[in-house]
Amino acid sequence: MKSRKLSFVLAMLLVLMAVLSGCASKTEEASVIKIGAMGPETGDYSMYGISVVNGAKLAAKEINAAGGINGAQIEIVDYDSKGDKTEAVNAYNRMRDQDGVVAVVGGTFSGTTLAVKEIAVGDNMPVLSPTATNGEVTLDAPNVFRACYTDPYQGATAAVFAAENLGAKKAAVLYNIEDPYSEGLAVAFNEKFASLGTVTNYEGYTKNDADFRAILTKIAAEDPDVIFLPDYIAKVGVILSQIQELGLTMVPIGGDGWDGIEADYADVAEGAYFANHYAKTDDAPIVQNFIKAYEAEYGSTPNALAALAYDSAYIMAEAIQRAGSTEAQAIIDELNKTDRDCVAGHVKFDPNGDPIKSISMIQIVGGEHKLVAKVSGN
Amino acid sequence: MILFLQQIINGLSVGSIYALIALGYTMVYGIIKLINFAHGEIMMAGAYFAFLVGVHLGLPFFAVLIISMIGAAVLGVFIEFIAYKPLRKAPRISALITAIGVSFFLQNLALVIFKAEPKIMPNLIVKRPVNIGSLQIGTVTLATLALSIGFMIILDVFVKRTKPGKAMRAVSEDKDAALLMGINVNRTISITFAIGSALGAVAGVLFGVMYTQVYPTMGVMPGLKAFVAAVLGGIGLIPGAVLGGFVIGMVETITKAYLSSQWSDAIVFGLLIIVLLIKPTGILGKNEKEKV
Repeated sequence: MKSRKLSFVLAMLLVLMAVLSGCASKTEEASVIKIGAMGPETGDYSMYGISVVNGAKLAAKEINAAGGINGAQIEIVDYDSKGDKTEAVNAYNRMRDQDGVVAVVGGTFSGTTLAVKEIAVGDNMPVLSPTATNGEVTLDAPNVFRACYTDPYQGATAAVFAAENLGAKKAAVLYNIEDPYSEGLAVAFNEKFASLGTVTNYEGYTKNDADFRAILTKIAAEDPDVIFLPDYIAKVGVILSQIQELGLTMVPIGGDGWDGIEADYADVAEGAYFANHYAKTDDAPIVQNFIKAYEAEYGSTPNALAALAYDSAYIMAEAIQRAGSTEAQAIIDELNKTDRDCVAGHVKFDPNGDPIKSISMIQIVGGEHKLVAKVSGN
Repeated sequence: MILFLQQIINGLSVGSIYALIALGYTMVYGIIKLINFAHGEIMMAGAYFAFLVGVHLGLPFFAVLIISMIGAAVLGVFIEFIAYKPLRKAPRISALITAIGVSFFLQNLALVIFKAEPKIMPNLIVKRPVNIGSLQIGTVTLATLALSIGFMIILDVFVKRTKPGKAMRAVSEDKDAALLMGINVNRTISITFAIGSALGAVAGVLFGVMYTQVYPTMGVMPGLKAFVAAVLGGIGLIPGAVLGGFVIGMVETITKAYLSSQWSDAIVFGLLIIVLLIKPTGILGKNEKEKV
């Protein structure tokens, strides 16, 4: 008898607690604006996703410390996309339904961003991808923007830089035929350079290839001034090592996939150039302040992905602030009017939602990044 | 002409790595009729041993090479003892499937221990070009050629001129008869695995130094191509493995140089099909004169 009474009291208590906590979270929601973020936070590509989430969270922290936007605090709700399209769609649905995000900063990869694009267009959700470079991402999607430049734009810029800043007359292109990123850059470089000089070799390799001596020997016979290597560090490092082994003198040029190459391949990449979103050695206060804040928060130097995510969170927060509400169309209209200085260059959006900005060309000198020029590919 | 010579040398150095791995396949096949699909992973393990020793102890190249060879030899003998010896009387297909299992096990073990990210091999050989006449050859290319040819000669002398070598040939000829003649068959098989694995480790170290990276799946493609090389030359035959390795390396390089990179694998594996159709025993097959 006694125990039944006790359990009744306990049950009432539980109900009361549930009601109270429900109230508490409701009042809290009013003063918090949630922005979704996603990227691969585990697995092979975790370094990319973690950089993006860290960059966005750092921006949110700074904005909140400065008083938030329209009297509300920002919260970054992040989900692990695992770099997988299905996971990305699940993450997006959860953000929208369960967390009630008003905007999304993401995805990190082109593939996952494309996977959520169609649903986001249907929802008219403001989406700003910091790092998806594939051309398709912003096409026919008035609510989808990106903070990074596209693959074709980057390839063309590298070609302009090679011809005008380095004075190259002949160029060779060596790219990974199994990777859309590598191919996108190679095609654009090839087209642009053909109008500025001669492309001596346009060669592809597959992702399993490890030996490049045969193909490099063949390229060297044409004696090009520069060789364009649009791939990620792991492959580029292998190619650069063999260029050194063969004693070839052409100047290697690459794209943003090279960011961080000095960690493992400083000696073979010495003197080479690559296009990047921002230069760590840029003297602009906004860049140096960002690097300092990031290092203080996470204890490591931010890469380009972190910088772009940091910019994206600021751009999004500013759009929400100017919109004065969390209504989707109002935020999208304000995103279109974006015109601000960011860590990775000045950002303005073209009608597609792609940024119009210059690209930093960086040279590896003594194992460090040196900002050589800011070039526009148009 | 210079260009062509340069490509020949590139091809020889690629081929010598395949030949070293193919020797391991062919020796093991010769002695217990097992296609040891875990051999590519032995090569991977050899490269990881070299990476660990090179990074943590900072020893010079030759010390790293020897330690890695010993490590791989021990691993090879251990695998034989654990996985293949209990199956010696079982149907050959059981041992073959076990070998595939061991291969996946080693790959995943490396994945767990070292993670998928490629590790950067320390610069054990300074990479720079050396001028020989009007030819320009890289130091690593030269070292690869010299070391593999050196080890092949040592192996040849070992098999032909020493007691254990003679025992190896005897066991591969007829296991039961060898046993009756007082040859320790188990020990001979162990020695074969040890030598094959050590040669695999040499290939792994050279591969790691040449291509600067060590990663869990690095043994898969070279292992597969070396297997093709062994079959191409005539599996079970030592000279066949060497010939097959050089042929594969040369075909691959010439394809890349004069056709296109994308075709090289297709042509290499296509070559295997053609050889198997025309001469199923391989280029040097048929006369089972020397079989180890």
